[in-house]
Amino acid sequence: MSSQVQTADGEAPQFYELVPHHHAPHGSTQIGFWIYLMSDCLIFASLFAIYGVLGGNYAAGPSPQHLFDLKLVAMSTAALLLSSITYGFAMLDMEEGKQKGTIIWLIITGLLGAVFMGFTLYEFNHLIHEGAVPQRSAFLSAFFVLVGTHALHVAFGILWLVILLVQIGMKGLIPANKIRVQCLSMFWHFLDVIWIGVFTVVYLMGMLR
Amino acid sequence: MSVETTNDSLTAARMAHAHPNPDAHDEEHNHGTRRSYLIGFALSVVLTAIPFWLVMADVIADTMVATIVIMAFGAVQIVVHMIYFLHMNTKSEGGWTMMAAIFTIIIIVIALSGSLWVMFHLNTNMMPGHIMNPADLL
Repeated sequence: MSSQVQTADGEAPQFYELVPHHHAPHGSTQIGFWIYLMSDCLIFASLFAIYGVLGGNYAAGPSPQHLFDLKLVAMSTAALLLSSITYGFAMLDMEEGKQKGTIIWLIITGLLGAVFMGFTLYEFNHLIHEGAVPQRSAFLSAFFVLVGTHALHVAFGILWLVILLVQIGMKGLIPANKIRVQCLSMFWHFLDVIWIGVFTVVYLMGMLR
Repeated sequence: MSVETTNDSLTAARMAHAHPNPDAHDEEHNHGTRRSYLIGFALSVVLTAIPFWLVMADVIADTMVATIVIMAFGAVQIVVHMIYFLHMNTKSEGGWTMMAAIFTIIIIVIALSGSLWVMFHLNTNMMPGHIMNPADLL
């Protein structure tokens, strides 16, 4: 009983937490990253709102039926969906401490992301060659901004993944790297969720208009 | 003696206030299993394939009905991804991920429905045909 309690009469005793309240070194990283994703969600919400408002203004230019190739969209969707499950396998291997398995699954995920980017760039290139450039109509401006922002996110996701692979290669599956893999996992699956909105609202509903 | 008692009750209070398990903050994220990932993947494949098939094969003639069905599939798939891939639940981070998500969804609903509603009416009211009597404008 080393601590001294000195309480003046009529004064409420104050309590201080003397026992160290333990937090993991990266305890707040995940919630912080989640808040970032939610704010990113709001960016996409506003871009979807813009597309919803302007998506029908073709300005006598090409409409979605003339431009979109659903087979191409189906293939890029398949690539992105597959990359989600391969990232899941990378997470499972990481939980079990299998560094090699984690790296292999992450590489496969990155390649599938690259396939998706390939499809997107091919489509953009095709549209621009057909004269369907962003400045052609409000519909095309909204389309390029929405799909382009998503593609840019995927591109940065791939860049992050490559850097993460280098970090894991150098330091192994240390706690800091594990947290990074978990954050990229949230980012990657989040982009998948956004893509569901994109292929539903832009491509499928575009073909129905 | 009275000091002893105060001290003891203070320690007790401190113990009660302290976290029951010092490591409780370490690993409270659940990461899902191979099974849950595969279930999520199977569901998302089905939920993607059906709307693509509906549109590519022109299954539903009525555009309005087809749009609603496709949007419903998209919404369900988003929930599937949230649960099976993003591992959302009411417990992780003391419920704060769920709170942030609910807040975000509210803002998204307001932004989307508000924009579409206002801009739709703006478009309709700006149509030349809407002005019944041009003389009223003068």
